[in-house]
Amino acid sequence: MRRHGPFLTMALYLGLLLLAGCHGNQAALNSKGIQAARIERLWWLMFSIILGVYVIVLAWAGTAVFRARTHRSENEIPPQVDPIADQRMTRVVGVAIGATVVLIFVMLTSSVVTGHAIANLASKNPVTIDVIGHQWWWEVHYEATQADQTVITANEIHIPVGQPVVIKTASQDVIHSFWAPNLHGKRDLIPGYQNALWIEADEEGTFRGQCAEFCGHQHAHMGFFVVAESPEKFQAWLAHQVSTPPPPSDPIAKHGEEVFLSHPCVMCHTIRGSGAGAKLGPDLTHIASRMTIAAATLPNTRGNLAGWILDSQSIKPGNKMPPNPLKSDDLNALLTYLETLQ
Amino acid sequence: MTPLEQSGTATAVETSRLEKLERIWRDPSGFWGWFTHVNHRSIGKRYMVTAFAFFLAGGVLAALMRIQLARPENHFLSPDLYNQIFTVHGSTMMFLFAVPMMFEALAVYLVPLMVGNRNICFPRLNAYSYYVYLVGGLLLYSGLFTNTGPDVGWFAYVPLSGPDFTPGKRADIWAQMITFTELSALAVAVEVVITAFKMRAPGMSLNRIPIFVWGMVIVAFMVIFAMPAVMLSSTMLLMDRTVNTHFFNQAEGGDPILYQHLFWFFGHPEVYIIFIPGTAIVSTIISTFSRRRIFGYTAILLAMVATAFVGFGLWVHHMFATGLPQMGQSFFTAASLMVVIATGTQVFCWLVTLWTGKVILKPPMLFALAFFFVFIMGGLTGVLMASVPVDLQIHDTFFIVAHFHYVLIGGAVFPLFGALYYWMPKITGRLLNEAAGKWHFWLFFIGFNMTFFPMHILGLRGMPRRVYTYPTSMPWGNLNFLATLGVVLMTAAVLIFIANFFWHLKRGEIAGNNPWGASTLEWATTSPPPVYNFAELPTVNGRDALWDALPNQPIVEGLEEDCRQVLMTKVMDADPDCRHEFPGPSPVPILAAIATSIFFISTIFTAKLFFPTIILVGITLLIWYWPKRQPSLRRKEREIWEQ
Amino acid sequence: MSKRLLLAAAALLLAGCAREQRNFREATPSNATGEGVQMSEIAPGHTAERIPNANPYEDSAYSVSEGKRLYEMYNCVGCHAHGGGGIGPPLLDAKWIYGSEPQNVFDTIVEGRPNGMPSFRGKIPESQIWEIVAYVRSMSGQLPKDVSPGREDHMYSKRPEASTPKEHPPQTNVPEGQKQK
Repeated sequence: MRRHGPFLTMALYLGLLLLAGCHGNQAALNSKGIQAARIERLWWLMFSIILGVYVIVLAWAGTAVFRARTHRSENEIPPQVDPIADQRMTRVVGVAIGATVVLIFVMLTSSVVTGHAIANLASKNPVTIDVIGHQWWWEVHYEATQADQTVITANEIHIPVGQPVVIKTASQDVIHSFWAPNLHGKRDLIPGYQNALWIEADEEGTFRGQCAEFCGHQHAHMGFFVVAESPEKFQAWLAHQVSTPPPPSDPIAKHGEEVFLSHPCVMCHTIRGSGAGAKLGPDLTHIASRMTIAAATLPNTRGNLAGWILDSQSIKPGNKMPPNPLKSDDLNALLTYLETLQ
Repeated sequence: MTPLEQSGTATAVETSRLEKLERIWRDPSGFWGWFTHVNHRSIGKRYMVTAFAFFLAGGVLAALMRIQLARPENHFLSPDLYNQIFTVHGSTMMFLFAVPMMFEALAVYLVPLMVGNRNICFPRLNAYSYYVYLVGGLLLYSGLFTNTGPDVGWFAYVPLSGPDFTPGKRADIWAQMITFTELSALAVAVEVVITAFKMRAPGMSLNRIPIFVWGMVIVAFMVIFAMPAVMLSSTMLLMDRTVNTHFFNQAEGGDPILYQHLFWFFGHPEVYIIFIPGTAIVSTIISTFSRRRIFGYTAILLAMVATAFVGFGLWVHHMFATGLPQMGQSFFTAASLMVVIATGTQVFCWLVTLWTGKVILKPPMLFALAFFFVFIMGGLTGVLMASVPVDLQIHDTFFIVAHFHYVLIGGAVFPLFGALYYWMPKITGRLLNEAAGKWHFWLFFIGFNMTFFPMHILGLRGMPRRVYTYPTSMPWGNLNFLATLGVVLMTAAVLIFIANFFWHLKRGEIAGNNPWGASTLEWATTSPPPVYNFAELPTVNGRDALWDALPNQPIVEGLEEDCRQVLMTKVMDADPDCRHEFPGPSPVPILAAIATSIFFISTIFTAKLFFPTIILVGITLLIWYWPKRQPSLRRKEREIWEQ
Repeated sequence: MSKRLLLAAAALLLAGCAREQRNFREATPSNATGEGVQMSEIAPGHTAERIPNANPYEDSAYSVSEGKRLYEMYNCVGCHAHGGGGIGPPLLDAKWIYGSEPQNVFDTIVEGRPNGMPSFRGKIPESQIWEIVAYVRSMSGQLPKDVSPGREDHMYSKRPEASTPKEHPPQTNVPEGQKQK
């Protein structure tokens, strides 16, 4: 009786596990790309093996305890053990160890094979993206054959569906880790090293990722999005990101640009076309085209942006952007200007 | 009663002899006397109390973390404070609780008793190791309480923990805490090896050493080989931070990955250092409460040795995401899977012992049986992590947090509670309350699963670890809340245990020599043992000393009983080798520990005091090791002179 | 004896508290450039009482390291190098043209100075300027060793501030009798 409780709990939990882990953004078992799919297949193989082993071991233990339990007094010296019975059991243990070895070989082989398969994706001309980690945001460069075609953005990565993409990782400060579980496992961004991660999306969608190596105060708020879209939409997006936004025509937006250039904003951020070219913070040239701000911490709305500009420290305490107490009409104009940066 | 059993009871004729033994072997009482104790049981009890106190402190920190994580975007703890708390929680549990309790406390208390001798070898080194450990732990907590707690994770990767990204003294305190605790562990490791090899009861040949003692010896060897790696990496970090070396500075030829290699070369054996004593405890308890000798003694022993060896070849599985070459990583996948065979062997042997024995479900046995449910689940999720592709998805997520809590709590804390219920009667002379023990067990078991099982799912749903909060938009809130509820049950369980402990000191049933009918030598003496451990030093006739004892099992005779004389035996068959006099109570260990502490702590703040303080340490060591005649010989010479 | 030990321990603890502070949103001293902070050693008659050190960030190691980060990011390096100077004067030595007190350095950064020092008024937030001030003063060893930054993860260009010996610039705000040698 005593041992049945754990069995029931275990069954309940396993049920939960099977149902609950499988869906959702940023879920490893919800693969949307070929690399993650290969990993997921391996996962299910290994999981079913270990589940089977677990059930067998628990059944063995539960039965052993249940059938062998006694309430006899403890102080007598126990009888000597029958050596022949023990020899029989030696064979049982031998079989169990043998089965373990076989299962281990199966898991080893499948792991190595999968590891080899995900190491890279064959491609003559992959989309090459440099992801440079900062405390606590992601700098994204799309390499191009001509230098002036390089796209620089932040915290949001677009990729074409069905085409291999190689992410080259680097870090400006400490170790971070790039992890978009729907598409692939993680790869560390280590200062002084460059790692490569090959991904390919199978379907369109927006996939969230997050930094997966503790990197300081705001490790918790260092997320990003990978947007997989059709190759045509992707090329259009890329071309748009390369372009320089036109100067603002609306007088309020014009005033907003002046606010930007005369306040601390210009010391850290680039907005191509405005003259601001600092590279300390994320590139804001097309800020209004992004879904989120502050490394996937907040949706990109006017109100959120206002709060972020005025006092980012209350949203993401310890991040490197200082508070900017602006006068309300300056702030309003600045927001209007930033909204023109599609 | 056999002479062996009689060694625990005093007859009228023997009383004066026993009084004399007591006078020779006891440690002084009183406040100042406390600092001069060298009796292994006294030091062992101190280790247990201190380590348990750190366990409670680490648990409080964990509860704070769980409160913060109970809801998304919670503001209970600021990010800086949360980072300090999770770092100190991890460092406490790994450095200040797990190794000191599982290895140092239990080995220091039990190994000399189990091998049938009067004290652990190097008694003053034993005392010194305790004081050094205590200061290291206090250093870490004094840091936490002055906003100087390390906030870089218990493994403190560079460059985050380096001079550029962690200003102030936080990481320096962490690094020196490591130096203290590893020095303490190394000292105890040396003592355990020598005691187990050279101080056994005659007749206890190598193949008759109890599994528990073998486990501790194997762990001791692991400590000797693993601890230097972390002392090296933490000292290199400290030097980078204080004297401007470039060990981990990429720009000047150093390498942050070097830190990870050095740390994990220690870090992986560390978890086996914590886990193998757990298996040793489980072997002992299962044998006693199945009323038969452990099945597969040789297999279990070889499995522990194999685990120890192979455990040194696994460390890169903590670094699979760093981008090391695929071929090299595969080697570590193979090694990580191979160690499963060794652990599996132990598990199968225990299962056979259960199957062919008569199982008695007292609290120690319940905790040992929980091992099967908890540790094995953790071990099997560990198999998933051995595979590089799968690990790339679950590394640094809450899946890993779930895994290591299952293996550490299942492999160490559950067996530890079992060990406390099992050996407490020996330590205090009274049994803990059995009903309370069962409440403790079930509350802890259910609470533990409630807290840590959902973390598997959280990890698979994408929640990374070491985050002080998480977005409301992610589907993580409910499971986190459930996990926090489990903490309530675990807290209740631990409180019941503490209450049970204090209750049993006055009201527990008197235990007698051997309440469980167990087989190892510590049960041959009274509960608690006298200061001289055994009235008559025993000899041994088989693997299970008390069960295999002859009706007229001989005892050891011929030792001088007017001084602290101890029998040393040969390594292979425990034939008597020589007699040796052990030192008595001495203030030298505490003085050396104070000097060492001053040396270590001053180097956190300034390099100028390095030479003066190391000279101070040298002076105390000189005083300690200055050659002198053994006290009994000096006394005898004096007596001859005076005649 | 125990009371003195207690006081010493308390002092150590409090020192630790201040050094490890991480101020993310500290209220800064007022915007106005300071009145009454003289830049010259010589004055007729006697010097008035001492103006206290106005920089709250000099006790916090985190703030000083932030100052170091900002010093490089805002390109102070471009003119002052890592303290050795170039286009601009060196910052490692004891010669301060406009005074070495925190308020002096703050004013220099905010107002700019003739012959090439830009004015950063409105471009660098107050709190960050005070952090840079703290760092600049640490470059000549004015700050305690445990608060000054250690070596950075870059190529080695000069001794880290924590290992820099303390320079002795002229003390401009201290009455004659209180000057430290």
